[in-house]
Amino acid sequence: MSENVILKKKDFVSDQEIRWCPGCGDYAILNAVQKTFPDIGVAKEDFLVVSGIGCSSRFPYYMNTFGFHSIHGRAPAIASGAKLSNPNLSVWLITGDGDAMSIGGNHFIHLLRRNIDINVLMFNNRIYGLTKGQYSPTSEIGKVTKSTPNGSLDFPFNPVLLAMGSGGTFIARTIDKDLKHQGGIYKEANDHKGTSFIEIYQNCNIFNDGAFSILTDRETKLDSTIRLVQDQPMVFGANLDKGIILDGFNLKVVNIGEKYSISDLLVHNKKDKNLAMLICEMTYNDLLPTPFGVIYEEEKPTYDDMLIKQMDQQIKAKGPGKLKDLIYTKNTWTVS
Amino acid sequence: MNKKDNNSIEIDVVTIRFAGDSGDGMQLTGNQFTTNSALFGNDISTLPDFPAEIRAPQGSLAGVSSFQLQFSSLDIHTPGDKLDVLIAMNPAALKVNLSDLKANGMLIVNKANYSPKNLKMAGYESNPLESDEIENYKLIEVDMNALVMKALEDSELSPKMKFRSTNMFALGLLYWLYERDLESTIKFLEQKFKSKPEIVKANVKALKTGYFYGETVEVIKTTFRVPEARLEKGTYRNIMGNECLSLGLIAAAEKAELNLFFGGYPITPASDILHVLSKYKNFGIKTFQAEDEIAGMCSVLGAAFAGDLAITASSGPGIALKGEAIGLGVITELPIVVINIQRGGPSTGLPTKTEQSDLNQAMYGRNGECPAVVIACQSPSDCFETAFMACKIALEFMVPVILLSDGYIANGSEPWKLPDLDKLEDIKTRVVKKKSGDTFLPYDRDKKTLARPWALPGTKDLEHRIGGLEKANISGNVSYDPDNHDTMVKLRQKKIDIIADYIPEAKVFGNEKGKLLVLGWGGPYGAIRSAVIKCNQENMEVSHLHLKHIHPFPKNLASILSNFDKVLVPEINLGQLSNIIRSKYMIDTINFNRISGKPFTSPDIYNKILNTLKGK
Repeated sequence: MSENVILKKKDFVSDQEIRWCPGCGDYAILNAVQKTFPDIGVAKEDFLVVSGIGCSSRFPYYMNTFGFHSIHGRAPAIASGAKLSNPNLSVWLITGDGDAMSIGGNHFIHLLRRNIDINVLMFNNRIYGLTKGQYSPTSEIGKVTKSTPNGSLDFPFNPVLLAMGSGGTFIARTIDKDLKHQGGIYKEANDHKGTSFIEIYQNCNIFNDGAFSILTDRETKLDSTIRLVQDQPMVFGANLDKGIILDGFNLKVVNIGEKYSISDLLVHNKKDKNLAMLICEMTYNDLLPTPFGVIYEEEKPTYDDMLIKQMDQQIKAKGPGKLKDLIYTKNTWTVS
Repeated sequence: MNKKDNNSIEIDVVTIRFAGDSGDGMQLTGNQFTTNSALFGNDISTLPDFPAEIRAPQGSLAGVSSFQLQFSSLDIHTPGDKLDVLIAMNPAALKVNLSDLKANGMLIVNKANYSPKNLKMAGYESNPLESDEIENYKLIEVDMNALVMKALEDSELSPKMKFRSTNMFALGLLYWLYERDLESTIKFLEQKFKSKPEIVKANVKALKTGYFYGETVEVIKTTFRVPEARLEKGTYRNIMGNECLSLGLIAAAEKAELNLFFGGYPITPASDILHVLSKYKNFGIKTFQAEDEIAGMCSVLGAAFAGDLAITASSGPGIALKGEAIGLGVITELPIVVINIQRGGPSTGLPTKTEQSDLNQAMYGRNGECPAVVIACQSPSDCFETAFMACKIALEFMVPVILLSDGYIANGSEPWKLPDLDKLEDIKTRVVKKKSGDTFLPYDRDKKTLARPWALPGTKDLEHRIGGLEKANISGNVSYDPDNHDTMVKLRQKKIDIIADYIPEAKVFGNEKGKLLVLGWGGPYGAIRSAVIKCNQENMEVSHLHLKHIHPFPKNLASILSNFDKVLVPEINLGQLSNIIRSKYMIDTINFNRISGKPFTSPDIYNKILNTLKGK
């Protein structure tokens, strides 16, 4: 940081009029990000927000930081180029389920594979909003939309599992309606060295309203979701009377009290890859609650660090490059 | 070397071709003869030709690989036309290449490979070496395998490894024929196989065996001397197009005081640029092998936004994939250089063969009104200057620049007069460090060049957003205003047109007025120049203009074109430059198009000039 300036939320609010539909979950996410950025120890000029195409991808215009609203699906590649060019930047990639999982699927998996130090915020509303309501690669099978009047025929991606399979080193899930939870996750993502992937469940109140209502409605949310807390037993439910145990190789919900006590429950450990895989698989399982929190974290060298190291090693081994030596090589002859 | 008991004749120019199976090491052999000739002081020009398959079936026609070289004591511009010497290591090589050998030309064959099986593989029903047709040539039949095996009988290498050095035998024989020193190749072998002394020994032995074979068996009674060329004063080295181009990029980064970022995806014939640049991390060069062509292009946009000299290179199919992202570069007005090493198309086409058919793609191959600067290299040694120029234009005018080269230029080589690095032009980037008014305006422009400022992430108070939605001029905010869009579309074109005020005027070779102007661009430079020189020697009124700047054209092009009765445009496409000239200058150009995957030869152009002058 160039000097110790105390940043506030308003420092990150741009002068552009926000054009999302009233009631869209994107507002809450924007709000959470603008609230978090002042507190993570990065100078304002060092933030770079990059996006692709889609409703969520308008995000950079509303952030008073350096920003690049790019083309459909390609934000991971643009963000990679910028981060490798200037590793000092704090790069935030804003994308959606269509942008990241469909048209940009290839770039998404390769970003995670390389583990470039970029934070990916994927707004998952399980629908195409900007093109006005077609099904997305995270829509449930059988989804009736404008392009699938008789129901969609493809099975959805499980984004967190795809991220695991791509070698992701920080995989988390949060939800638009919970500002506080979002803030905590964004801070952890910022602290993680490597690609951080955060799936954010986001309600599209126009084309897919209520997609996550069971997870957010007062009556159902506590019984249908579980908060993952590091080193804490996996407890959930309105009365904190339910928990998750390992039954063979599967997770299972049990009631705490008679047969099981807290000590029988699984304890969340984000460093455990096997457990993380099981937690990812909870996503579409109706018998299990939907997990929120940091599912997995691993320390792994980042591409950007290794690139800089390799360059330093080459300078050490060969000395700083001299153009003259490169052009005037040994195999020359002179005509006089 | 000392020559005894044989005639030695001095000649001006020789064209030779090494041809064999793609595993026979013909490219290496050709390159060795080239280096040797260059160091000797000849002018040289080369044409490698190899199959797209890494290893086609041994002995098949599809697997023939060849390397052609013209070397001369004169100033030459092409790899030569008809061959003085053809080395055909197997029957397939003979079949593919024999028609290019001059009547009475020398044909050297490795007899050992002319087995019934290989003859059949090449589609010969009987041995062509015993046919009447072969009497038109001076045939030298040598059982190179037997001679090499005999010479290497003490070596511990396996028979297979021993056979691998027969190419060195052929090279040695050619060195003797042209009275050459073996030293450059011996040094090369010692370096290349540093850790394998046994292989060095075998190859050097095979090389010498070939050389002494020529001296002792007297099948070749005359040897030839091609004296040094009287090139312009200076220090030279032999260089291939893609390497020369890469050095131009590095020089531009140094001049602009920027780091070079290269993002790309491997594709023939552009991959060498990635290979060359990736060796020079100690120059602060970052190379990024992306997951696909699109990502390569997009990483370059990200790096350009963040402040690097950002470059990608590909070939036609890859450029097609990059199209949308190049458009993003145009609307965000970022300085990027996109290199297209053209190859035969459409689709996968002819990956290892040359063509000039991506000019339309460079000019128009994107959605919307999406102008980019287009400039073209014309020969291997020209690539340095042209690549440097591409970077300079991108950085000073804040525009994407498309740099066109082709497979012929990329893989061909010639002497390169090394530039005086102190005299390289300055490159002044548009980087801004401080806010001037109340708000930073990312699309505020230089009054003359219309270039916008380059404010790099990490610079205090210059936070701003760019993107693919139409931008309001000056403020850079998203704008759907109809008048603003009209302004911006015209402004993006004007930005390119203005560059004509800053690039050199076009210079005609030959008279500035006359009956015929041959107008070219890119790879056919050498063939056109040689043909025009020949025409001028024969007192024909023909001039040559070779365009490096295609978008925008040099300012004086219209007046040059008006000074000639006819304009002939040879292109390895269906007339892409010709069509642009016609529509822009309303003149009736004459097209000359042959799209065979091979470069034009100077007789091709010469004959066309004759016919054009005769009104045919």
